[in-house]
Amino acid sequence: MNFDFSDEQKLLREQARKFLGGRCPPRRVRAVLESDAGYDRDLWKSIAGMGWLGTAIPESWGGLGLGALELCVIAEELGRVLAPVPFSSTVSLFAEALLLSGSEQQKQRYLPRLAQGECIGTLARTEHAGAVTPKSIRTWLRAGRISGTKIAVPDGMDADAALVLVRTGEEVGERGLSLVVVDLDAEGITRKRQESIDPSRKRAVLTFDEAPAELLGEVGEGWDLQRRIMDRAAVLTAFEQVGGADACLNMAKGYALTRYAFGRPIGSFQAIRHKLADMYIATELARSNAYYGAWALSTNARELPLAAAAARISATQAFDFAADENVQVHGGIGFTWEADCHLFQKRARDLALALGPQRVWKDRLVTELELSNVA
Amino acid sequence: MDFDDTSEEAAFRAEVHAWLEANARPRGRERGYDGRVGPSTADAMSEAKAWQAKKAARGYARITWPKELGGLGGTAIQQVIYNQEEAKFDVPSTYAFSIGLGMCIPTLMAYGSKEMIARYVAPALKGDEIWCQLFSEPAAGSDVAGLRTRAEKEGDEWVLNGQKIWTSGAHYSDFGLLLARTDFDAPKHKGLTMFFHAMRLPGIEVRPIKQASGSSNFNEVFFTDVRIPDSQRLGEVGQGWTVALTTLMHERLAVGGGQGGAIDVKELLALARHLELEDGPALRNAHVRDKIADWYVRSAGLKYTTYRTMTALSRGSQPGPEASIAKVVVASKLQELCAFATELESEAGVLVGDDAPAHGAFQLGWLGAPGYRIAGGTDEILRNIIAERVLGLPPDIRVDKDVPFNKIPGGK
Repeated sequence: MNFDFSDEQKLLREQARKFLGGRCPPRRVRAVLESDAGYDRDLWKSIAGMGWLGTAIPESWGGLGLGALELCVIAEELGRVLAPVPFSSTVSLFAEALLLSGSEQQKQRYLPRLAQGECIGTLARTEHAGAVTPKSIRTWLRAGRISGTKIAVPDGMDADAALVLVRTGEEVGERGLSLVVVDLDAEGITRKRQESIDPSRKRAVLTFDEAPAELLGEVGEGWDLQRRIMDRAAVLTAFEQVGGADACLNMAKGYALTRYAFGRPIGSFQAIRHKLADMYIATELARSNAYYGAWALSTNARELPLAAAAARISATQAFDFAADENVQVHGGIGFTWEADCHLFQKRARDLALALGPQRVWKDRLVTELELSNVA
Repeated sequence: MDFDDTSEEAAFRAEVHAWLEANARPRGRERGYDGRVGPSTADAMSEAKAWQAKKAARGYARITWPKELGGLGGTAIQQVIYNQEEAKFDVPSTYAFSIGLGMCIPTLMAYGSKEMIARYVAPALKGDEIWCQLFSEPAAGSDVAGLRTRAEKEGDEWVLNGQKIWTSGAHYSDFGLLLARTDFDAPKHKGLTMFFHAMRLPGIEVRPIKQASGSSNFNEVFFTDVRIPDSQRLGEVGQGWTVALTTLMHERLAVGGGQGGAIDVKELLALARHLELEDGPALRNAHVRDKIADWYVRSAGLKYTTYRTMTALSRGSQPGPEASIAKVVVASKLQELCAFATELESEAGVLVGDDAPAHGAFQLGWLGAPGYRIAGGTDEILRNIIAERVLGLPPDIRVDKDVPFNKIPGGK
């Protein structure tokens, strides 16, 4: 049994934790949250300088050529400090998608720039509130150009390129959809910032009017492909969420040890102790599920869809719970703008919705259980 | 990351497997969950003893114990591997020996004389002598140090009077490990002393407890002027709490997993596959799928937490504190999941036994779950342990800590 990170990977984690602890204190998150800045450019540059963006990109395309496990380690540490950088859209979604199904030429065009931090990528799926279903996709690809509108696109204002889920056929159902890559500085594209729950990760609405686009993968494969992309991103995002949940637990613990009420530290009251124990339990369950997701991702196992769904659900529940309870442990001060609790709470909700809600992942998980009969 | 054995582990697994093939039947149909722990008939007990003796002869009864004490001198990961392999075979339950070997005998090894070790360890290992643990009392459950069973010195003997409760296996045990109060004027943790004694002595009466679930897995044990020699004291007079902590540390290693895992998502899925609800098959119902997913991620989370613990053992290091979460998660999941299953069964969910779907397994699980949330540490005590030992939070204020025991208010 070898179900843990290696010593080298743990060393990478220590380095990342130390580096980010120094370079990304909460005031850097706040600076992005309270301004119009899309992300922290200095931090992004340093992260690129460390090679982290290219962790899982092969050396031939300018990456470090490490693996998914190392990328998971980095994701957890970025999540722990709520790093206000377009990591999940650029690396977990865009770069992973290109590695999964990009043509040689597409990889050559984007991967070296992604690894250097010179290109920000994203994924645009949603067109209106409610479920993202094949029927809900009205953005069309015709003769190499797309037209339509995508909302709540993560890092949509700053992205240089986007994967866009589009309609290529009239068929009802999945076969009418395809994925395309779009350079966002091309003609026929307008974008506008949208206010969102977590302004440390900005969102935008993208409108395409005959904008040039190129297929990623085959026509009619878009739905299946974006699902596979989401599986991979779910595992990486689960590590971000676990990092965030762990940070909330530590924050609540620190407060419970130093805040006195009724003449004693509030951490000596069972009501508070049990809250913290429950935060710990949720975080450990999520960590273990995320580890299994990491294994499945790193070995491209056929269990990946099930492992990804379990990691996603468990980590979403843990981060939401830990972030909410952290506020409650802090009491009134936890609900002020100046306390950092709300930064975590907002990120937790943003990540919970970013790859689709729990309802969808739970349904997928049970579908996988039905197929595999492994429950 | 992988789930593979090291080459040494693989070799050990092969060795164990070969021995099991030669000595046990492969597992046939799944054994049903009957809500019982421990052998319920004399035949089951003699089968269990015969199997335990076979394991002991090979050194498999306690893999990590040194060879001179009848163990294999092996590692913790080897014990896990043995357990995994044994689970593939249809062997008698050795639950009856687990409290003695898991808690009582390790305490005896830590505090007993060489002669005691020579006398008691081997028969316990072979299953010839069974031990039980006599700590809990009607007025001392989570607050076990509040116990009142009295031990008074008369010459070279101690005279015992009082009552113990929740004693697993007292009715078939040969020896008991007893924590008693020897000083009522000292603060509660300082007036305790540990003893062991034969269970079949004049003045000891064992009565089974009928649980709310209808089964009987525990007993009350009454002591009336029971006399035992001072040579059966473990540790100094007044040092009983320190000795008990050794026992309880072993208890936490021994409890966990257990029968709470007997009914899980797999069984719920099987039920949901063939039940029809108002809107069609239960498994197509969004609410049902939502609940299945919730419980699955908890089960899977625990399974992979166990893998993390095994990895630490395999690498020769101490497991992290994550292992402490198992029981608190399993027990309440069992209760919720079984209640939900009866909801799916709808009005017929009130039926038990063979008239109910899955032979009433969900009803049985639901009936037993409250006890599982209490035994071996209540949900609340386990959260306190996590808060103090894992998270390093300060203990709750104890108003009775430095008060003489006989001045502590007792309530009704």
